[in-house]
Amino acid sequence: MKTLIFERSLPRFAAARLVSAFGSGRGAGVGPLRLVEADAPTLPSVDWHRVHPLLSGICGSDLATLDGRSSRYFEDLVSFPFVPGHEVVGTLEAPATSADGGPLAEGSRVVLEPVLGCAARALVPPCPSCTAGRTGDCENVAFGHLRPGLQTGFCADTGGGWSVAGLVAHHSQLHPVPEDLSDEDAVTIEPVACAVHAALGAGVREGDSVAVLGAGTLGLVVTAALSHLAATGRCEPPSSLLVGARYHHQAQLAESFGATEALPPDQLPRAVRRRSRSLALGAPSTGSQRLTGGADVVFDCVGSADSISQSLAMVRPRGRVALVGMPGRVHVDLAALWHREIALVGSYAYGIERVLGVEEPARTFDLAIEVAAAARTGRLVSATYSLDRFEEALAHAGAAGRRGAVKIAFDLRPTAATITKGRAP
Amino acid sequence: MSPRPGFVLEVDRSTPKTLFWNGERFALEQLPEGSRVLYAPEPLAPLEDPIAAIRSALEHPTGDSEPLSAQLRAGMSLTVCFDDISLPLPPMEAPDVRQLVIEQVLDMAAAAGVDDVVLIAALALHRRMTEPELRHALGNRIYDAFAPHGLLTQHDAEDRDNLIDLGQTDQGEEVELNKRAATSDLLVYVNINLVAMDGGHKSVATGLASYKSLRHHHNPKTMVHSRSFMDAPASELHTANWRMGRHIADSGVKVFQIETTLNTDTFPSNFAFLQKREWEWSLRDRATFTATKAALDRTPNRVTRQIFHSIKSPYAMTSVQAGEVEAVHDVTTAKVWEQQGVTIEGQSDILTMGLPYICPYNVNSIMNPILVACLGLGYFFNMYRGKPLVREGGVLIMRHPTPWDFHPGHHPSYIDFFEQVLSQTTDPVEMSKTYEEPFATDPWYIHLYRTGHAYHGVHPFYMWYWCAHALNHLGRVIVVGGDPGAVRRMGFSPATTLDDALEMARDVVGPSPTLTHLHSPPILMADVQ
Repeated sequence: MKTLIFERSLPRFAAARLVSAFGSGRGAGVGPLRLVEADAPTLPSVDWHRVHPLLSGICGSDLATLDGRSSRYFEDLVSFPFVPGHEVVGTLEAPATSADGGPLAEGSRVVLEPVLGCAARALVPPCPSCTAGRTGDCENVAFGHLRPGLQTGFCADTGGGWSVAGLVAHHSQLHPVPEDLSDEDAVTIEPVACAVHAALGAGVREGDSVAVLGAGTLGLVVTAALSHLAATGRCEPPSSLLVGARYHHQAQLAESFGATEALPPDQLPRAVRRRSRSLALGAPSTGSQRLTGGADVVFDCVGSADSISQSLAMVRPRGRVALVGMPGRVHVDLAALWHREIALVGSYAYGIERVLGVEEPARTFDLAIEVAAAARTGRLVSATYSLDRFEEALAHAGAAGRRGAVKIAFDLRPTAATITKGRAP
Repeated sequence: MSPRPGFVLEVDRSTPKTLFWNGERFALEQLPEGSRVLYAPEPLAPLEDPIAAIRSALEHPTGDSEPLSAQLRAGMSLTVCFDDISLPLPPMEAPDVRQLVIEQVLDMAAAAGVDDVVLIAALALHRRMTEPELRHALGNRIYDAFAPHGLLTQHDAEDRDNLIDLGQTDQGEEVELNKRAATSDLLVYVNINLVAMDGGHKSVATGLASYKSLRHHHNPKTMVHSRSFMDAPASELHTANWRMGRHIADSGVKVFQIETTLNTDTFPSNFAFLQKREWEWSLRDRATFTATKAALDRTPNRVTRQIFHSIKSPYAMTSVQAGEVEAVHDVTTAKVWEQQGVTIEGQSDILTMGLPYICPYNVNSIMNPILVACLGLGYFFNMYRGKPLVREGGVLIMRHPTPWDFHPGHHPSYIDFFEQVLSQTTDPVEMSKTYEEPFATDPWYIHLYRTGHAYHGVHPFYMWYWCAHALNHLGRVIVVGGDPGAVRRMGFSPATTLDDALEMARDVVGPSPTLTHLHSPPILMADVQ
């Protein structure tokens, strides 16, 4: 059955890197990704179950990998060949139990929590992070009875979402999808979970001014998550939530998700300055001004050198920059970080979360399902493609903002042959 | 031969195309038959001996006032305040009228043994003038005598230590003024009354005031009831300033007002065609226009801006009067109308205008979209007495490139206003409630106003309020040739050509509209019967 497989091939890797210079995702045809006929992977143990993807999203980290732009840091944390796709809603081939131990019937819709932590790797005792429920921080993602892979979609033994043949998932990775959630809502749950984790981990306090840099999928779901969690009393409400959105449709979505104001990224520092009533340093005409005060918390949902620099320039002294977008090797002047005692904190994946006023920790995915339902994040799925149109799909995803889109996904439902939703301008 | 008065042309088949200003460029447009075109009167004859006229005005004051020399004595404090860079437009050839007048005032002060003299540029919330701008306005002799000693200052509306609270008018309007000016034994204010709006009590009550004071009349309610700014009795803006001016006088501030008027000799000889009516263009004028237009059309905006902002107007003084504020201003206003007034019968459905490269707030700077709106809707629309040139519900069509471009040093709060306020609302009342105060008290804008050359944080609001009467009155505003994004941001409609604009206007005013074109500058004011 049709499967997209990513192989270790230095020449193809180099070709993808070269071609992607003309646009993210455009190197798919010459890169290490190939469409092949393949069977589903074998089940590693009885705790594993076969999942047939319905929709599988294309994430920024997937594009970075395909473009040859991702950091070499990950080289030891993946195993080849792997089937990409970690944003997955699918159906179970057979009855199973879910992450919380509940029964799941054959054919149930599930979303995948893709981190391959100690539980999935059958490591006993689990590492301190997994013991604490922080599976995203698992210390053993390269060890155990599975080959290395920090997540499903980067591991040679589990398969991934970009396959009609399906993937295998440990029961600790399975979360049932509520009836009233569409497939589109469900396929966004994984990025929403990342956003929930970022929102709750950023230490936003009541009255804080918050800025979100970037309004692709991550920036938008961070906006939705923070707004929903604050509105429902699960985190302290900020006084303002400003979002830097390059494109009009992104700005509209950000405002519909609860942004106080969504504006072009170059205007964001000025808006932050005005709201924080701070002064600025540097000539106005140079465009390289930095604020003397600034936002209490900045979510950098881009992860580039420019976005990190901009975040550092508009966060207040002792403020916090949550790095939600995946960075690679970047060149950034950290003098401001040192001088202003700014906390630059990474935000990756999910696990369990401490929420305001509740003793018991909550699963990130449970909160994410709630946010996806409340905010209808399925609206972000702008177009879906069949696997055999993967080159178009990846090119579309790489230029999503410019083409009026947000999230592009593969549609693996039996009826899907062409684009079934949205338009592909 | 005496200069010809203003003229209303009715366009017919033989009428040549009409010149429209288009920022730093020009366009020739064929107006529909039956359209009316208002041309400014020709320049009045200048004063033969301006210095003698100034001295005469100072020694033979108007109204209830002693001669200046009689008010000067050794040991007294004298403050001479003067209009800032916003007047006249374009800046005039040296010597500037301010220099001529202030030199005479200082000569008299010196003769009387007055040695406590301070000069203050009455900026209100405008940007501070640069040294070259001050030197141009005052001349090197005055500048070099005062500036090095800190005796040439610029009003700082945010300098709490240098403001004085003079209480409130009977309408509860707070009056807060420049302390040095208000506490001097004599305050001499030197005006250039380019249009009828300038001068009178507005000089001191606005030019030397703080935001706390200005907000009482620079607000949407006052502006919308100023019909027009050029007709003081019908202008709520002026009524409020007059209340404040009388309160200032009652508070013991002694003001000696000097007002001057200019003729309409606006452009130097290489732009002579701008002073003429198109059908009277000589062969030389046509050739000059064609060559100028072709050159400008091929020149980058940055360069054309430099070219136009280097223009110095050959304005000449037509009158000078001094003494008691209101009496002086009555004479001045009559003189301004004598020079600029054009009588016209009735309103039209459409008013067209070509907007030039300059307004009071972008001298040596960029005409940003907010200033385009202010020039068209705030100034040109208000160039009337009686009733507007365009009927209520009518359409204003203005031609200007309206670039989405701002001077970051001069107009920093304008950038935020355009991006973050106008994107939310174009309603002056709503923006005044929600956004004005945070902008007015923003510490960064205040810092830039006080230490750089930035307009005050609240200034873009005032520019928009200036448009309030027109926004209320008009059915639609169309901008020909403007940046569509910038035009739409302001709630206006962009059009590519005048024909397109007229077609769009017909949707509002009907299929056979009447049209009036304001052929300005040179400045003219319509007396609409």
